[in-house]
Amino acid sequence: MGVFRMPSLGADMEAGTLVEWEKHAGDLVKRGDIIAVVETQKGAIEVEVFEDGPITRLLVEPGVKVPVGTPLAVIGKEEEAIAAPAAAAPLPPKPEQPPPGRPEAPAAPFMPAVAASPAARRRAVELGIDLATVKGTGPGGAVTLSDVEGAQRPSWADKMRQAIAAAMARSKREIPHYYLSQTLDAGAALEAVEKFNAAQPPERRILLGALLIKSVALALHDFPEFNGFYGAEGFQPSKAVHVGLAISIRGVGLAAPAIHDVDRLLLPDLMTRMRDLVARVRRGTFRSSELADATVTVSSLGDRGVEMLLPIIYPPQVAILGFGTVAERPWVVDGKLAARPLLTVTLAADHRASDGHRGALLLRRIDQLLQNPEELL
Amino acid sequence: MSAADLRAAIVEEIGNIAPEADAAAVADDADLREALDLDSMDIFNLVIALSKRFGIDIPDGDAPRLTTLGGGTQYLAECLAGPKGTARPPL
Repeated sequence: MGVFRMPSLGADMEAGTLVEWEKHAGDLVKRGDIIAVVETQKGAIEVEVFEDGPITRLLVEPGVKVPVGTPLAVIGKEEEAIAAPAAAAPLPPKPEQPPPGRPEAPAAPFMPAVAASPAARRRAVELGIDLATVKGTGPGGAVTLSDVEGAQRPSWADKMRQAIAAAMARSKREIPHYYLSQTLDAGAALEAVEKFNAAQPPERRILLGALLIKSVALALHDFPEFNGFYGAEGFQPSKAVHVGLAISIRGVGLAAPAIHDVDRLLLPDLMTRMRDLVARVRRGTFRSSELADATVTVSSLGDRGVEMLLPIIYPPQVAILGFGTVAERPWVVDGKLAARPLLTVTLAADHRASDGHRGALLLRRIDQLLQNPEELL
Repeated sequence: MSAADLRAAIVEEIGNIAPEADAAAVADDADLREALDLDSMDIFNLVIALSKRFGIDIPDGDAPRLTTLGGGTQYLAECLAGPKGTARPPL
């Protein structure tokens, strides 16, 4: 029983606009239900609820932009909800402390930040315009319908670029990165993929990328210091392995939503999740849990990429792995020079949470897993 | 089914996978990955879409033939002409 609040959908998010309610007062909700759609810099996000119970009251009207943590709805008995401490945030990870120099997000109670007519609010939501950026010409500077219609609509690309800029600037400002790389022979992994696919219809086949992601998830079991979040109380490891997948959105930018519990997924199922996620990300629809709770990220520039990449950690995570493009290169096998398909894997990790010695062992473990790919299938 | 129909079918399926791409304007011998910035996941999805649309099995090893519009059109024509689902590319 408690309060459903504006979730933090990534460390860079300070506020979000409630676009619409998917549930209404009196509806019974259960954990995982999509309760609302929230507009952020990354696009429209379907937000899941994290408790069970009836919705007692909705507190915020569609079209209103509120800071992260603002109560949006009461679930269950009202008096219990109000008695619940504000620290009982509904979403892991807890919203990060804003970095120094930025204003504290005001706590509850909710107040509309901008004076605007109801018609202007509705239109602003439809057009994806942040009311705070519109100059009001109505009474007392209130934003009117015509003000909204005259305002420049920010493109998805503009908003996403701002989100990337905020997250990456914060990462480079706060996280002491160190980088390690290891080149490995991808021949065994490629053969396993080919052999597996030969017996499968097209929709059950896999790409090498799925094998790489699974190898990372399994390797992290023995290296918890690379899987979790760094917050105000230091590093908090995560038992679950939710792998964020860096997905490029042509002409728009990049997002890294999570696939949950990758270590427990069979490869064809992981592949299906990857396909579904890539398709939805490129259409601009994510779910809140996918955006907020990746515990580690994997970036791969695919088959037209580069030899190696040096990725930037997505805060509040503490590690990101980068896979280069597989290319046939000279390699020594049993004392003889051979042409082998080589792959370079890179680790960028947070020195506050781990050291290079353990990072090196993590990369070696990934290499070992990829030399015995049958265990990954 | 004419070559033009097969080409149009491939263009339509690419449009479903990458709505922002103008596949119809790509030259027949141009690499779709280069011309439209498609990645391995997009080609993977194209193979699935075409195999469903035409009811044919496209072996994994044949996927490279679908990376140009000309190659894809010819490949589909061979598949549809041969015994169902068994057409193999000449080596």
